[in-house]
Amino acid sequence: MNPVFIRGAGAVSPAGWGLTALRQTLQERKAVPANEVSQPNWPHPLRVRNVPRPAARPAFITHPRLRRSSPIAQYAVGAALEALGNDAQNAAAGSFRLGIIFCAMAGCVTYSRRFYDEILKDPATASPLLFPETVFNAPASHLAALLGTRAINYTLVGDPGTFLQGIALAADWLLTDTVDRCLVVGAEELDWLVAEAFHLFDKDTIVGEGAGALYLASEPNGGIPIELKAVTTPRLLSSRQSRAETAKATRAELDLGEETDCLLCDGLQGINRWDADESAAWENWRGGRLSVKTICGEGLMAAAAWQCVTAVDSLNQQKYSGAAVSIVGTNQQAIAAQFGKRIAI
Amino acid sequence: MITGAGIITGLGQGWTPNAAGFRAGRVAFRPVTLFDVSRQRVQMAAEVDLPSRLPEHRLTSRSEARLDRATRLLLWAVHEAWTQSGWTPSETLPFVLGTTSGGMNLGQALYRQAIETPHSHRQQPTRVLQYQPQLQALTVAEAFGFYGPITIIANACASGANAIGHAFELLRRRSAERVLTGGYEALCHLLFAGFDSLQALSPTRCRPFDAHRDGLALGEGAAVLALETLESARRRDAIILGEIVGYGASTDEHHLTQPHPKGDAALASMTAACASAQVGPDRVGYVNAHGTGTPLNDSAEASALNRWAGANAPSLRVSSTKSSVGHLLGAAGAVETVICLMALREQWLPPTSTIETPEPSCDFSIVRQPTDATFDYALTNSFGFGGANASLILRRWS
Repeated sequence: MNPVFIRGAGAVSPAGWGLTALRQTLQERKAVPANEVSQPNWPHPLRVRNVPRPAARPAFITHPRLRRSSPIAQYAVGAALEALGNDAQNAAAGSFRLGIIFCAMAGCVTYSRRFYDEILKDPATASPLLFPETVFNAPASHLAALLGTRAINYTLVGDPGTFLQGIALAADWLLTDTVDRCLVVGAEELDWLVAEAFHLFDKDTIVGEGAGALYLASEPNGGIPIELKAVTTPRLLSSRQSRAETAKATRAELDLGEETDCLLCDGLQGINRWDADESAAWENWRGGRLSVKTICGEGLMAAAAWQCVTAVDSLNQQKYSGAAVSIVGTNQQAIAAQFGKRIAI
Repeated sequence: MITGAGIITGLGQGWTPNAAGFRAGRVAFRPVTLFDVSRQRVQMAAEVDLPSRLPEHRLTSRSEARLDRATRLLLWAVHEAWTQSGWTPSETLPFVLGTTSGGMNLGQALYRQAIETPHSHRQQPTRVLQYQPQLQALTVAEAFGFYGPITIIANACASGANAIGHAFELLRRRSAERVLTGGYEALCHLLFAGFDSLQALSPTRCRPFDAHRDGLALGEGAAVLALETLESARRRDAIILGEIVGYGASTDEHHLTQPHPKGDAALASMTAACASAQVGPDRVGYVNAHGTGTPLNDSAEASALNRWAGANAPSLRVSSTKSSVGHLLGAAGAVETVICLMALREQWLPPTSTIETPEPSCDFSIVRQPTDATFDYALTNSFGFGGANASLILRRWS
């Protein structure tokens, strides 16, 4: 099989705008302070981890498509542009076919809630400006418009494991010559409705927001060639196989052996109720370990993307020779991936 | 190979009433009863009469009680495709679905209760879970006993076509031997009010490719296909209903809700589908157009079809079945694929029966009356918000 390389990575997270902010915050291993968000008619605020305002207004905000866009679209674009680097201009020039795979779980919830709120007040005056931004694929569409790409563009919806499905799909598109290069972006935005939904299940969960992006191609860029080594079969969390069994089977398929010079970016968030099965599956892991969600919050699809971005970044920073990502999703699947440095023979 | 097909629309549940309805050009619109439309510009849609009892399934009565309207629509379509295919429960059957809003009705109920009675959490956890499309798909998988990877494509109104196209690609590159695929959508107030706010809904009658068209009409439903490789179908002596032979997708970056006026991306998608199928436009006997009935879509699509067909345009036969069941959004591409399958298998062309004055810019002929025809290839177009464009080509199996 031909190799698939990671040419770039980008992140927008509660740690800030950019991969450097995420890296530095993760190195400190100190959780990003939580903010409070209010729910209407409810006295107790909900704790969340928001993306801070950027130090400078991103230039892309002036693009006609992005002026009124939702936060999720802006996070997605911010992460994608960082991952693309200078290739953003080349994509716009039509130098290559750039596919886009955008992944979300809660998706464009802010504008959806606002628009539905207007409907409840008076549907006759609900804003036509809001409605198009409620559609799941609006961020992917804005990104394509900004980059001027007409190649295939999918929005995948699912639990956080979907981000790894997106990476596997991108690899397929590259290997079948459907596209020349491909962006895989995972993003979420915060709203009290999302925070409240999680609090129905666990009051300790602190949801986060942001985006992460990987830029994939069949050839490496000039730096350290980082290769996508494997994405496991997605294993459904169903009545037939327990969450613990799927987590174990997923690790077994990844087959990392006794690797110690390898970073595991897991999906633990520091709450035993959610973490137990994944913890058990990786109980005897001897390599490095980083739990992004304990620092940045339960960012759903964005968190899955941060896990992958962090894995790739650890290789770029030459801290490890290999990196793995484990995702035991919220309600759909367990899945894992492995990245490594390409060794010239 | 298509070895099973399930469909439920405003025309009814199952192949027989839908084939009869589409063949005759019946129209399924009626006043909306599912939510209050008294303050909307438009009050009509093609609602589905859901059968009072579900088909046979493996869910517990508790799980069944939790099913929302969208999942019920999907379950009916899956049941028909599953039964027809003769498939048995499997560990590794991929399930690829398209939808735009999944269980939005549950999301709406969640929000209303959260603001009206925030102290009450009754049924809220169920709404949070079942609102999510992957949970709806998982529930349906449990209902029939299959457990493969679930992929949900939410490419707006192209979702269903993209899902089938993706499933087709999985088979073509031998990533799977069998795939269950399709699209589903239930009417909900948010979507209805959304299209009304854009003044995209027709205040008169949905008339795709009519010179005086004034908007689309919404519908709901689901369609599902059981797809498998020829080797798999032959091994089982399965009845083959037809073939998917081509898939093309492209992105229109012109505007979030409006197509490029000349239909550039639509042309790219049809051209890519032809390349995938290795057939030219001259061999395509029928096109099921996206044909929403909005002024902008139909003129852009007409331009794309004129350019795509070229010299063959005068002999090209086109219709939009949205005149019968409305725009099913995330389910549209799947439903229209099943309509093409019906038309190929039974050799008829579904008319756009509501048309009065054909759009003069169409170089092709618009099917306006029930018509029998002999043809081997059909193409279906689906174009969505955000510029998601997809085209599928089907071949008659003989």
